[in-house]
Amino acid sequence: MCAWAERAAAAALALGVALAAPAAGQRYGLGTPATAEQIAGWDIDVRPDGAGLPPGRGTAAEGEALYMKRCASCHGEFGEARGRYPALMGGRGTLASEDPVKTVGSYWPYATTVFDYVRRAMPFGHAQSLSDDEAYAITAYVLNLSEVVGYEDVMDAKTLPAVKMPNRGGFVADDRPDTLLGEPCMRECRGAVKVIGKARIIDVTPETQATSGGEPARSPVAAGAAADAARGKALWQQCAACHSLEPGEHRVGPSLHAVLGRKAAAADGFDRYSRALASAELVWNEENLAKFLRSPQDFIAGTTMPYAGMGDEADIRALLTWLRQASQ
Amino acid sequence: MGPGRPKPFRRPPASGSDQALALSRRRFLGAGAAAGGVLAAGALPAALAGGNPRNLPPNVPAWSRYLGADVDAHPYGMPSPHEKDVVRRSVEWLTATRESSINFTPLYALDGIVVPNGLCFERHHGGAPEIPPEDHRLMVHGLVARPLLFTVEDLMSFPPESRFYFLECAANGGMEWRGAQLNGCQYTHGMVHCVQYTGVPLKTVLEECGLKTHGKWLLAEGADAAAMTRSIPIDKALEDCFLAYSMNGERLRTEQGYPLRLLVPGWEGNMWVKWLRRIEVGDKPWYHREETSKYTDLLENGKAREFTWVMDAKSVITSPSPEVPMRRKGHQVLKGLAWSGRGAIRRVDVSLDGGRNWTTARLDEPVLPKCLTRFYLEWNWNGEKVYLQSRAMDEFGYVQPQFAELHKARGVNSIYHNNGIQTWLINPTGEVENVRLG
Repeated sequence: MCAWAERAAAAALALGVALAAPAAGQRYGLGTPATAEQIAGWDIDVRPDGAGLPPGRGTAAEGEALYMKRCASCHGEFGEARGRYPALMGGRGTLASEDPVKTVGSYWPYATTVFDYVRRAMPFGHAQSLSDDEAYAITAYVLNLSEVVGYEDVMDAKTLPAVKMPNRGGFVADDRPDTLLGEPCMRECRGAVKVIGKARIIDVTPETQATSGGEPARSPVAAGAAADAARGKALWQQCAACHSLEPGEHRVGPSLHAVLGRKAAAADGFDRYSRALASAELVWNEENLAKFLRSPQDFIAGTTMPYAGMGDEADIRALLTWLRQASQ
Repeated sequence: MGPGRPKPFRRPPASGSDQALALSRRRFLGAGAAAGGVLAAGALPAALAGGNPRNLPPNVPAWSRYLGADVDAHPYGMPSPHEKDVVRRSVEWLTATRESSINFTPLYALDGIVVPNGLCFERHHGGAPEIPPEDHRLMVHGLVARPLLFTVEDLMSFPPESRFYFLECAANGGMEWRGAQLNGCQYTHGMVHCVQYTGVPLKTVLEECGLKTHGKWLLAEGADAAAMTRSIPIDKALEDCFLAYSMNGERLRTEQGYPLRLLVPGWEGNMWVKWLRRIEVGDKPWYHREETSKYTDLLENGKAREFTWVMDAKSVITSPSPEVPMRRKGHQVLKGLAWSGRGAIRRVDVSLDGGRNWTTARLDEPVLPKCLTRFYLEWNWNGEKVYLQSRAMDEFGYVQPQFAELHKARGVNSIYHNNGIQTWLINPTGEVENVRLG
């Protein structure tokens, strides 16, 4: 060790500075090793060649009932879509038309992508709640809606990458820039100006006051239940994609304004109740709501609410505490 | 997200020209077609000059006599209540839900090139999660010698760097492909923002993990309920991708990916994965939902371009604009923003006659690569109709195209990457509106 380094080392010791010793090859010694088990829990991605597909299997026949429970409330019973949710059927032969319809069958290049997306992000509002078998079965059903696979075809890690999607050859490399490069014209670049369209005539611009993100006014929270209500409000995020608390504001599900004490399937102006709920003959008191939240399918077999259920009793209580106040 | 079939909104009431001009810029959208009115030369309409005479000279207003708010009144300061209408806004008919939706930056109200954190547009696919930083991890695995888990604190312990970048959603202007549809520059161009980020280059972190030489692609994944994923080529990752934990000097905002966001400078915003939880190194792209069924650009022949990453040069005049009508005749200062995902803006030209003749605008400093650039043009308005356009050029000679050129190259169904030249029509009444020229 040269004299300078010795002095520096002595100074470091004197200052109580310990030099970190990164693992071999590491420059900064930051981070901790990720174990195989930790990686397995998060590494859910799938590639077109099948890399990442888990064990398991499913057919459209097996997926149909599941689709009706978990998917149809947004995507429609036949994949025709509700509101502005994505359609899962049709669209073949429309891509070069005036009104292209992009669906799994008409547009998606790889069947593996359907499985990957269903498993990581669906159902909307309750992601990663499907088992691998269920994800295979729903993937099979969605592919069957577009007649890409048969009703009884088994989808698994082997068959899914082999599915030939109709639009597999429909993609080309990005060849931009595809417009003028270089020195542009500065003088007399065009003839007379002609207006061919005005946004004001189309008239779809939001009114100025229609701000986004503002919390609608809610009832004050009772002091004793404040903690429960706060927790319940956070839990409400699981419901808010499909339900509003504004009177008459129906989304995929009905408005839950004044839901307590209301007869089931009776919100004014909502016409998409499942037959099961419509014929259930029950009133939404807290006891019934708790049962429904615990497991919608067990309480009302055949309901189209895709939510799988709330496991924690304290969560159910907190959500109901908040709902009691916020739904008034 | 695409240009939806518009749901008709309530038509604004028609109003006379004087009334229209009396409206402040914030009421602009409520102002209907004004017929035939003309501004007096140099006159500033009284309603816009505004103010209570009792607070104006020679009088002394109350706030000069009595004490203002104490230092603890606002532990986290907010804009003046008089600026309460400068907010992000959304277009309700665009998307199925507000959790998978978008809102828009109020570009018309901004100065300079930095967008305040609370005004940066939002685009979520599964809502914006509130993540406790101590419960967040970045996992880096795949083709690396050492798969590692990083805490946010670990990432903050790497040597930090700060960089200014714009972020633009590929669908910015997506509703305008077929013609002029939304009457406001917040809606036509507001899916863009620009902030100063602080964090660590992705290259540094990949090297810490021992990147293997056959690693050619990355998969970046978010911790949100959409588990957003995008494939990114390794060359880009090593060139300038960046892991950010701060924006404009403070920690990332929840809706911008707190506690960790991936930056992919100059490339479409969808790749800038928020709430970043995982990076996997692989040898091929993943072709996930966002990069196949969504962010691909459909051409007229029914084929679609894939991996259309870079955001081409673009510009917009932010004032005047539909939100910022003309207030008087005579001398004017036009303000606008330009940006290019390939590098620095070299020049911006402005036309007052719908693209027939052009004048070069003044670029304000700083002019940084892959960053918003502010431009100004001083001009004189004599009260006649004016067709305003701006045209950006970048350091590589790319020229922002007219819509006719874009349509010729791509048709009208691309949704994404609309960087056509915007036309604002200034009416003799002073109102400014979004029009499309043939």
